[in-house]
Amino acid sequence: MSENTVVDPSGMHREDQSAELKQSASKPTNIVQRVWAQSEGRIGVILTALIVLLAFLGPLLAPVLTGYSPTAFADRPFQDSGLFGTDDLGRSVASRFLAGGALLVTYSVAATAVGLIVGAAFGMTAAYAGGAVDAVIMRCNDVLLAIPQLVFAMLAIVVLGPQGWVLIMVIGITHAPRIARVSRAATLNVINEDYIRAAEMYAVPRARIIFREIVPNIMGPLSVEAGLRLTYSIGSIASLSFLGLGMQPPTADWGLMINENRIALSIQPWGVILPVVAIAILTIGTNLLADAIARATASTNVEKS
Amino acid sequence: MSTAMTTTADTVEDLSTVLRMDDLRVSAVGGSEILLGISLELYRGQILGLVGESGSGKTTAGLACMGHYRTGLQHTAGGIELFPRDGDPFYLESLSTEQTRELRGSRVAYIPQDPALSLNPAIRVGEQIREVLDVHAFGKSSAERGARVKEVLEDVGLPGTDEYQRRWPHQLSGGQQQRIGIAMAFAMFPDVLILDEPTTGLDVSTQAHVLDTIRDMTRRHDVASLYITHDLAVVAELADRVAVMLRGELVEEGPAQQVLHRPEHDYTKRLLAAVPDLAGRKDLSAATMRESEAVETQASETQVSEPGEATEASAMESAEPYLLEVTDLAMKFGDNVVLSSIDMTLEPGESTMILGESGSGKTTLSRCITGLVDGYTGSVRYRGEELAKSTRKRTIDHRQEIQYVFQSPFSSLNPRRTIGESLTVPLEMSKRLPRSEHKQTVEEALDAVRLGRSFYDRRPGDLSGGERQRAAIARALVNAPRVLVCDEITSALDVSVQASIVSLLNTLREERGLAILFVTHNITLARHVSGHINVLNKGVIVDRGTVEDVLENPTHEYTKALLSDIPQL
Amino acid sequence: MMAKLILRRLVLSLFILLAVSVLVFFATLLLPGDPARAILGQQATPERVAALQAQLNLDQPAIVRYFLWLGGLFVGDFGMSTAFGGPVSALLSDRIVSSLVLMVLAAVISIPLGLGFGIFSALHRGKRRDKAVTWVSLTLAALPEFVIGIVLVTIFATTVFQILPAVTMSPPGQQVWMFPSQLILPTITLALVVAPYIARMMRATMIDVLDSGYVEMARLKGVPERQVIMRHAVPHAVGPVAQVIAIQLAWLAGGVVVVEFLFRYPGIGQALIDAVTFRDVQVVQAVSMIVAVVYVVVNLLADIVGIMSNPKLRSAS
Repeated sequence: MSENTVVDPSGMHREDQSAELKQSASKPTNIVQRVWAQSEGRIGVILTALIVLLAFLGPLLAPVLTGYSPTAFADRPFQDSGLFGTDDLGRSVASRFLAGGALLVTYSVAATAVGLIVGAAFGMTAAYAGGAVDAVIMRCNDVLLAIPQLVFAMLAIVVLGPQGWVLIMVIGITHAPRIARVSRAATLNVINEDYIRAAEMYAVPRARIIFREIVPNIMGPLSVEAGLRLTYSIGSIASLSFLGLGMQPPTADWGLMINENRIALSIQPWGVILPVVAIAILTIGTNLLADAIARATASTNVEKS
Repeated sequence: MSTAMTTTADTVEDLSTVLRMDDLRVSAVGGSEILLGISLELYRGQILGLVGESGSGKTTAGLACMGHYRTGLQHTAGGIELFPRDGDPFYLESLSTEQTRELRGSRVAYIPQDPALSLNPAIRVGEQIREVLDVHAFGKSSAERGARVKEVLEDVGLPGTDEYQRRWPHQLSGGQQQRIGIAMAFAMFPDVLILDEPTTGLDVSTQAHVLDTIRDMTRRHDVASLYITHDLAVVAELADRVAVMLRGELVEEGPAQQVLHRPEHDYTKRLLAAVPDLAGRKDLSAATMRESEAVETQASETQVSEPGEATEASAMESAEPYLLEVTDLAMKFGDNVVLSSIDMTLEPGESTMILGESGSGKTTLSRCITGLVDGYTGSVRYRGEELAKSTRKRTIDHRQEIQYVFQSPFSSLNPRRTIGESLTVPLEMSKRLPRSEHKQTVEEALDAVRLGRSFYDRRPGDLSGGERQRAAIARALVNAPRVLVCDEITSALDVSVQASIVSLLNTLREERGLAILFVTHNITLARHVSGHINVLNKGVIVDRGTVEDVLENPTHEYTKALLSDIPQL
Repeated sequence: MMAKLILRRLVLSLFILLAVSVLVFFATLLLPGDPARAILGQQATPERVAALQAQLNLDQPAIVRYFLWLGGLFVGDFGMSTAFGGPVSALLSDRIVSSLVLMVLAAVISIPLGLGFGIFSALHRGKRRDKAVTWVSLTLAALPEFVIGIVLVTIFATTVFQILPAVTMSPPGQQVWMFPSQLILPTITLALVVAPYIARMMRATMIDVLDSGYVEMARLKGVPERQVIMRHAVPHAVGPVAQVIAIQLAWLAGGVVVVEFLFRYPGIGQALIDAVTFRDVQVVQAVSMIVAVVYVVVNLLADIVGIMSNPKLRSAS
């Protein structure tokens, strides 16, 4: 007798119905569709895309649209002349706003990438190697976590100066311990699965086990982490610029603009409001996206609204 | 089915109905139907065994008796009427939320599947029983409730002392935890008891004690019980009547004797045919079994003539070494000795069962043999050559000759890779065949496990449990091994699927002369899969020999206890 | 068993602090400039500079200076501020109090708020109320603290209404809590940053617990819903949520920097930014260590809560 014809345990109605669902769940490409299927995901994608487009097209369009380059002096300080007026040095707010997102977005993405690579590498190594290696990596992690990200970044910037690569590396490295924790936990879950033991049994080289068996199965938590850390990278880099420790004048940058123009918040608010709104939309977008990815990858039985 | 009921109402005692379920329908919210009109009745002082395989809807039906539908399920039609000991009958659906709450735990009580998950780990056990009495305002005074807690604890065979009541759930064994669950259910003298697989996961001897308690309490307190299970043997031990469910429908219902021995519905017949029996008289899967039995006698010719210990002694001297020989193997994790002085052998075409309950060390033993666990002492020899301890240090040939199949098919295949990709891995690593022949070899293996080539491009998520386990067996077969170590490979599967996997193994053994080490906790499978048996208890082999010898004349107390406690059809 | 576990955490915490001190000390050594000359100014004679260097132990090898510094930390001696001339401890003592006031206020508001919304959201899972809480907390959690701060300032202090002060301006010698209206915006900013995380974590933990076998069992026992939640569900969420609250409180120690800068609030965050700007090494070291101590202590407390709320650890002999 055959289980298929007689008492197939999957022959149950509920499973029949979800058969198509399962098939799609097992194909990794469809995660994009599942993110898009959620309202959080759609709004997140749209908001993020909006600001990213603005950030990269803006610098090209700034002189064309406003008539001023981001650093040219247009009028006296804090006037409401022209679209959105002028800033603390009399430059066009509109022009500086259009040009002020490119570096922030680029640095944030780069910092997140650094954090992901370093963090995932250490996290997976700790989980897979176990024992002393694990202990050493996790204790180092604890030490780094004890210094708040911003304090750590300030220390590094004071020592090394506020260059772009310093910002990227320091934000990336302060993300790494947190990402390492997540990827370690995810890897530990996967390592307890028998398919890893099966690969061990066939003496598959360890590097191949990591890349073929482990990495694809922790992409879910890692991509959630990527979205989350991107949000925090944007926040941290903008915060540093806001504190005067990130991008340096006369660069056009949203964080820096807020710092430069906030003394005139009551008389010429545009120099603050525009960049604040742009940063807010961008971080909300990436955070919604991260949440949508989390729901899409958590399990196949996504909560239905 | 109702006709079957009335015609065979041979019991003289009058059956007073306590709960009547009438054409109950439940469906997923906005989706398909889970229960397609179930009608059944529970009688006072009797146990109705509700049998079905996974996904049959039996738990949903049980919880409906408490007016409880899990998230995502909704009651669509039909009703449940309750006839309490005192008071007028009423319909569950007519009750308000508050009345339903009052009903639960007092008139209708529930005993859950896994006591370890159902007892609140942060509340002392006495407190948890008392809570039932408190919320339903039992008795007149606090002292009276305290006395009832003590009484009901003693009723289920636990000490009622204050010291015992102050324990935390994690300080009790699995069997004790389940008795706390039973005590909680009986505390309010309920009319109806719903038991949802309460002994699944317990050892055979613990299960026997818990079943005794349930039977005794049901009779003594004149309760109408619904016992939900997948295990027909347990039903045979316990139930007065049996109902069989299939995909949300009740296919057969009647007195236990009749349903279990003269089943009418095809499904019941097939289900009963799939249940392994200790005597091994049954053809687990008719045609295949007969063929393999023939082969078994052929292959085990030498074993029959020199059974048990004698085989080892003589073969030791003979020129031909054993296919697989384990000598004085011991293993400990830290101070915890898991295995000690294990000796055993395996011949080509022979199937040997390693029988042990959870914690006996059987999985560790099978993993030592395959090199998944190293750090053991003693030796494992293949055709006389000693194997390196760790699989990575073994030669390619050694590694491929002994293959291991994991317990859970839901864990042993990478969900992100196709079956074909997963099954190609052993071929890539053995480098025996040119790459161009890999696909064909994998497809042949898929044919051999009766899955078919179409599974090559599918992923584990699309497969049922049984199909996955076949794929996992196919992976073990691609390099044409001589020894297959099967570690509890049927324990995660329904009985009917188990039967088909067992028959597959027997066919493979016959076709390929494969030696099989069948590791299991289920002694009733012994005669169906193996010629020899090693009984493992607390890391030591306590009984060994041919299956006939051990089952007929067990020498060790443990084996004897096991055989007497096992429920049978 | 429990004492042993707590002792282990304690030892680990001390180890972390020691490692942080090494890291902070040697990182700040890399800072350019000579503290002695910075204190005395450019006109100072080489003799006076040399004398001060000897007094500050700057002529000793780095490793010796590390231990001298570490020893000083235990008796509250953080060294001399190069920018302000006086001892660091005198400079920071008031500011530490001010920052603590801000952090405690923010914690007192955000923890109950976060827990409340988290539980509310979990109990109405999938309904509109839950969705609303989720959207608001997702949005707030995304925003950097200075964005929240500036939006609040724009609304309540400058552009829309002018009902609250935009910056803190307490006369020297007066404590910050003498001017409660000045505390409102900084506190709300911090609370709005912290509460959403706590709410989200509480929701996730509660949902796990509500789906557990023992909560279903409690309902099937006929336990009233209120008692199911308060007695069977909430206690199990305490351990994991304590961890998140600890992380958030520890984050406050760092996040306070931006908020203090934004509101010109006289706390250690402001001191840190000034010190960084003036390359005031001793102050940077001191503030970094104080923040690390807050982090470690808060996490230790969370671990202890976690251990205490677990009966398995509590009762094991």
